[in-house]
Amino acid sequence: MQATNRRSTLPDSTAAVHEHEGLQNPALLHHFATEEQQRDSSNFGMWIFLATEVMFFGGLFCAYLIYRRMYFGDFGAASKSINAALGATNTAVLICSSLTVVLAIWAAQTARRGLMIGMLILTMLFGLTFLGIKGIEYKDKFDEHHVPGPSFSFEHVPIPGDPDQYANPQHAQIFFALYFIMTGLHALHMVIGLGIFTWLLIKAWRGLFTPHYNTPLEIGGLYWHFVDIVWIYLFPLLYLINRHP
Amino acid sequence: MATVTVPEVERENYLNKHYGIGSWLLTTDHKRIALLYLISITFFFFIGGFFALLIRLELLTPAGDLVLADTYNKLFTMHGQVMVFFFLIPSIPAVLGNFLVPMMIGAKDLAFPRINLLSWYLYIIAGGMMMYCMLTGGVDTGWTFYTPFSTVFSNTKVIEAGLAIFVSGFSSILTGLNFVVTIHRMRAPGMTWSRLPLFIWAHYATSIIQILGTPVIAITLVLVVAERALHLGVFDPKLGGDPLLFQHLFWFYSHPAVYIMILPSMGVVTEIIACFSRKRIFGYMFVALSSIAIAVFGFLVWAHHMFVAGISVYAALIFSLLSYAVAVPSAVKVFNWTATLYKGSIHYDAPMLYAFGFLGLFTMGGLTGLFLAALGIDVHVTDTYFVIAHFHYIMVGGALMGYLGGLHFWWPKISGKLYPEGWARLAALIVFVGFNLTFFPQFILGYVGMPRRYYQYPPEFQVLNVLSTAGATVLGIGYLLPMIYFLWSMRYGKPAPDNPWKAAGLEWQTQSPPTTFNFEKEPVVTWEAYNYDEIDAGHKQEVHVAG
Repeated sequence: MQATNRRSTLPDSTAAVHEHEGLQNPALLHHFATEEQQRDSSNFGMWIFLATEVMFFGGLFCAYLIYRRMYFGDFGAASKSINAALGATNTAVLICSSLTVVLAIWAAQTARRGLMIGMLILTMLFGLTFLGIKGIEYKDKFDEHHVPGPSFSFEHVPIPGDPDQYANPQHAQIFFALYFIMTGLHALHMVIGLGIFTWLLIKAWRGLFTPHYNTPLEIGGLYWHFVDIVWIYLFPLLYLINRHP
Repeated sequence: MATVTVPEVERENYLNKHYGIGSWLLTTDHKRIALLYLISITFFFFIGGFFALLIRLELLTPAGDLVLADTYNKLFTMHGQVMVFFFLIPSIPAVLGNFLVPMMIGAKDLAFPRINLLSWYLYIIAGGMMMYCMLTGGVDTGWTFYTPFSTVFSNTKVIEAGLAIFVSGFSSILTGLNFVVTIHRMRAPGMTWSRLPLFIWAHYATSIIQILGTPVIAITLVLVVAERALHLGVFDPKLGGDPLLFQHLFWFYSHPAVYIMILPSMGVVTEIIACFSRKRIFGYMFVALSSIAIAVFGFLVWAHHMFVAGISVYAALIFSLLSYAVAVPSAVKVFNWTATLYKGSIHYDAPMLYAFGFLGLFTMGGLTGLFLAALGIDVHVTDTYFVIAHFHYIMVGGALMGYLGGLHFWWPKISGKLYPEGWARLAALIVFVGFNLTFFPQFILGYVGMPRRYYQYPPEFQVLNVLSTAGATVLGIGYLLPMIYFLWSMRYGKPAPDNPWKAAGLEWQTQSPPTTFNFEKEPVVTWEAYNYDEIDAGHKQEVHVAG
């Protein structure tokens, strides 16, 4: 009873507006004053999350750089055993997927629903292609016994630029450990990205994104671009460090 | 009217608006989530305290007669892990910060209420994993997980503990993310950066560390778990790995983590000192920016934990110098607090007693930190009880005193009830005496050479160890008391007025306990923080209303 009394004397203006009058976007949550504030907060929150992600991968990059310096030749030899053509293809696939994400957001902002849905589907297809190619690479490494563990073998592989010397298998194993952890975590991020984009696709299909409201697309896109950028750094560090003749 | 004899009907507030377990477990109200955290971290505080009790009992006598050596290793490991990751790191931010950050800036909630709830669930999942780890045998690596012991030699539940702390890290990251976005985007009209309470500045600095530091220990623990499970060689010198790399990565988070514990406590103490000396904070901007400076410097000092681990002399020199640099913003705070007290009309209520305790104990902890930052002395006292005493002065004497002081200060707002002041002053005194009795002897023990992490010691150390154990008992009583009378006050305490301390700050301008959306209408701020001179001169603080 006291609850209703209080309600009648102190109507909660924001709640009342979006529940009854429908003047504002139904996606405006109760604790924000304006849509702009809500959009800014969501965007800013994603940027901060990406800062966290940078530090998360940063620890691995740091470990990579230290061991690359310690075991320069061994890392070169190990890197040479990875299929750079597949890596380059994957790089191209991811760059294309970033373009389709941007196009999807642009389509939402300009009310082209069909284009938006098409671009979202295309993005996910690119993502799946990337993971497929990655799977082929992992399969190759598995067949070559380059997966760290009891059956790891990297015998008699010459160090690039110093053909008389063989790479130390233990040091090469550290390269492959970092290779699998870094690309594995990246692939995990891709899988999560695909999950996010499935959710975005459902929302887009239901027509929830308008030129007026498309924040989830924007922040989903930010995440996708970030995962691409991580790959842009991984590709040269893991595949290209020793490609000169 | 016939109803005139009926006691006043309790006003609607966040506690009585909804009832039932579901209304708590699915709440997105930052105040309810704060209470969920309060209950869960108190649970872990007593688990960690139980381990501490067993450690102190074992050390009562020189012989290892209570527990086995292996059990002792597990006790101090799990004491550290539970207290650091499941109590101290979430303590002030997740309880008081969660409750107060939106209220102090005049917002209805944090920017992401559902993420806030998610972070509590992550904490609970992590806590469950940690409990599983402890109940199925525990872990004995020391809370630091040093490799290669943790990855190759230890036969305990390292993977389970590592994963538990990995998950709890994400809870901490999400809390920090929520605070930063909230402080940037949710401030009420007129609440400019220079009008923010210093509690908010402290939490802003804390959040920066949570966001940028925590992911590094997360990836480090991933590497430890992978290394232990698959023997990759990343941290194993036998396979070409570098165990020092582990220590660098670990301390890159775990040193700033100390500032995750102490900075919010500094924020609490600033609020209390201003209120109970009825003065503006001396040098507002210096105190605000010193929080940021501590957060930034805090990232550049990690290798002072590794002076004897084989880092280069030049690196050690630079890290020693940078560690000294942290003392500057810390001293700025201490001097500004004392300058605020100067000629203030000081009230000795329980929160203020805790703040005084903080001032003294943090200063001692900080000054002994300078001993440890000095290369020569550090080599002498590394891994002795001197280090133990030093960081307990910071973490328990500093962070925990601030937490308890804050809990008393805001208890009327949180619960709507007054706690018994006499008992609270007594408890504050007991905590202070018990704390010093526990840890001061450890400075001496360490200086004369008693190493940490052993369950036996030469008989000449016994007197000081008995003193320490006696102190720990007193301290334990000091911690039980507040829990008892806080619970008592929830049922029997006198109803609290909206602003029992006549304090500044938006959280006091609304009812106790607040309604779900904190304020009846969005407040408009036209005054500086800590305008105690105006409040005491009788200028009523008009809360203007937007729109």
